[in-house]
Amino acid sequence: MGELKTELKNKIITSLNLEDISVEDINDNDNLFGEGLGLDSIDALELIVMLDKDYGIKLTDPKEGKKIFESIETMAKFIEENRTK
Amino acid sequence: MENCYINGIGCISAQKSFEKDYLIEPIVYSEENILKVVKPNYKDYISPAAVRRMSSGVKNGIVASTMAINDAGIESPGAIITGTGMGCMQDSEKFLNNLINHDEEYLTPTSFIQSTHNTVGGQVALGLKCKAYNFTYVNTGVSFESALLDGLMQVENQDGQNVLVGGIDELADHTSKLYKLIKHTKSDDEAPYDIINKRTKGSISGEGAAFFVLDKEKTANSYCKLADVKFVNNLENSGLETFVNDFLASNDLIASDIDVILFGNNGDIEFDSYYDQLEPLFGEAAILYYKHLFGEFMTSSSIAVSLGSDILRSQSIPGALFKNEVSHPKGEIKNLLIYNQYRGKDHSLILLKNV
Amino acid sequence: MSNRVAITGMGIISSIGMDLEENLNSLKNSRHGISKIEHIDTKLKDKILVGEIKKTNQELESILKLPQKNSWSRTSMIGTIAALEAINNAGIDVKSDSDIGFINATTVGGMDMTERYFYDFIDNPENRRYIQSHDAGNNTHNICDYIGLNGFVTTISTACSSAANAIMLGARMISSGRLDKVIVGGTDALSKFTMNGFNTLMILSDTYNTPFDENRKGLNLGEGAAYLVLESEKSYKKRNKQPIAFVSGYANANDAFHQTASSEDGEGAFLAMKKAFEVAELTPKDIDYINVHGTATPNNDLSEGRAIINIYKDSEKVPEFSSTKPFTGHTLAAAASIEAVFSIFALREGLIFPNLNFKDKMKEFDLTPVAELGHKEVNTILSNSFGFGGNCSSLIFTKSH
Repeated sequence: MGELKTELKNKIITSLNLEDISVEDINDNDNLFGEGLGLDSIDALELIVMLDKDYGIKLTDPKEGKKIFESIETMAKFIEENRTK
Repeated sequence: MENCYINGIGCISAQKSFEKDYLIEPIVYSEENILKVVKPNYKDYISPAAVRRMSSGVKNGIVASTMAINDAGIESPGAIITGTGMGCMQDSEKFLNNLINHDEEYLTPTSFIQSTHNTVGGQVALGLKCKAYNFTYVNTGVSFESALLDGLMQVENQDGQNVLVGGIDELADHTSKLYKLIKHTKSDDEAPYDIINKRTKGSISGEGAAFFVLDKEKTANSYCKLADVKFVNNLENSGLETFVNDFLASNDLIASDIDVILFGNNGDIEFDSYYDQLEPLFGEAAILYYKHLFGEFMTSSSIAVSLGSDILRSQSIPGALFKNEVSHPKGEIKNLLIYNQYRGKDHSLILLKNV
Repeated sequence: MSNRVAITGMGIISSIGMDLEENLNSLKNSRHGISKIEHIDTKLKDKILVGEIKKTNQELESILKLPQKNSWSRTSMIGTIAALEAINNAGIDVKSDSDIGFINATTVGGMDMTERYFYDFIDNPENRRYIQSHDAGNNTHNICDYIGLNGFVTTISTACSSAANAIMLGARMISSGRLDKVIVGGTDALSKFTMNGFNTLMILSDTYNTPFDENRKGLNLGEGAAYLVLESEKSYKKRNKQPIAFVSGYANANDAFHQTASSEDGEGAFLAMKKAFEVAELTPKDIDYINVHGTATPNNDLSEGRAIINIYKDSEKVPEFSSTKPFTGHTLAAAASIEAVFSIFALREGLIFPNLNFKDKMKEFDLTPVAELGHKEVNTILSNSFGFGGNCSSLIFTKSH
């Protein structure tokens, strides 16, 4: 699980071009959206593609992402439970 | 017609145009057939959160518009009007690349969103929280001129509102390759390039962003008056001279009233003859060109307006711009004309006047 | 009514018809043009529905008698077909009249050809003629060269509000005395680029689009082109031409909220409508029918609905309204001119075209679109178009008495 979390942090930083942020800057329970890391709805769509591409999880409704992408913690948990690759 | 003044300018180009008097020591290009912009420090103008999704064209547009607004000393404009020939090519290429090479799988939205032609106009509005009129023109060689004309009309119609007008185009790698294939850009093996003395097929390609604040009111910072803009897709049988003379006449001028003319020469053997044709008409004017320093792109006349505005305000002409011999006008520089065409189409005239 | 500009001709091509007559017949008979895509080879084929014109590029080329080795995109071809009808309908002679302008709108330009040959261009000189057809202006130039128009020519690209802005600029060019006649509108062909792009935003429906319905699932993209001929009073009187309707109000405003999404209360939309009423010197009460943008995305319809309610907050009720996108799909840069033609049909025929597929009212507000063909006198129409980049435009059309 710890490994997956670091992997996710790295992926978020590269795929969303968060140039000035490093893995250490993101805590597992930080909010990814709004006040926390400041991600927005376009980033959520990027993350949905990442779930599909890297973990074989398909979301059909962008609203589903809201809970899943709350933090690295929630994302990692969801991926562990649902991944097909 | 109401007066329309140019009160603020911001320009990002293949020269250090974000600095004052940058043409005293211009960057001279002779080995390059593609001129990229000299990058400003983007972080001074755009927040890290916003910059992460922006292609260089969008960044240049944001910086140039911010510079123009600061230069004019205004808060937020009463209209935002942009022109771009090719639009956001870098993001279009990125999305196309993913689409083609990944066979429509795992596509992400960011480059698609950023590929829209009105990205810069929308982003400038978003940054300024400006809810005013917002248009984007995309008509090849007169994309910027269309924006400028709309700006002029907005100044005429709006009470006391200033207008932000700009032209933006960005280079993108694959598209640059394609334009070389069809010789719109000069071949790699022709260097050194000299667009006046060695005409061949195609032009030196470039990119840039130039923004202007137009206003009904003259200020201490006013560069010049934007007197008129006119453009046509094709010259009719009556020809170029009639087009120019009619334009001058409608502004109560004749050819000999023009003190400085800025031509769009780009060294293309197929189309530079248009400028040759006009030269004798302006025998008394200082004849200038600029694309050897800035490259050719669909909104390059925005650079010409920036240069013309600087010339009128400073009443001096940088030596690097003279096409033939250096011959400064004797008296005051009052009327400055810009003539441009793009591959034989989209002929445009812009008239600037001293204030 | 100082700002009123006459409309003296129109032309259209869409998935519900190749010309004015076919489009009107489809509208009268609730015959939509939404189907599976046939002419583009895409992985989305079985996942989405579109408003596709059922003619191949070869068929369009032969309608226009283009030479075999042309460099025309599909956008240019459908645009030319609609422009020719508009010219014919207005009875103007473009070739001999040097004072006619052309204001086009497109978002994709020649993308349909670029996406086909983008990498192939390198190895295959045969197709390189299509390289220059990519840029938007090239499509406008093709249309002008074909119809023989030389003069004031420009193109607008503000995403889904593009054609509304072309109509607006045309009206301003006429009322400021800069032009006597101008052809205005937009054209966009379907492309893999736009279909996949909208798909990444997760706003494409896998079934028929249902604007203003509680269970709406997103939009169907479409393709088409439509143009109006706008004319000054002096010009149409001189040639004894009776206007078919008027452009009476227009405005553009920016939502300045988000790059693609509309704000919750639709402030940009509200401002565009409000300013259009000011230009028209009319009040919201004067409107008999609203042709809403109504794309059937969750975000647009909620935001637009709230903006409309806000505009009508001092009135007893919101006028009858519908989205005609269930007929044609969302035709992007052509949408506002296609809907302008439909609005003029509504004025002329005394009809209100239905918001097809509607079942359940949205829970957020009490707004029910017209779901069946309506008959009544229609004198004044408000038409909305909103696009990416917060671009919001409203037009007001009035009947010619």
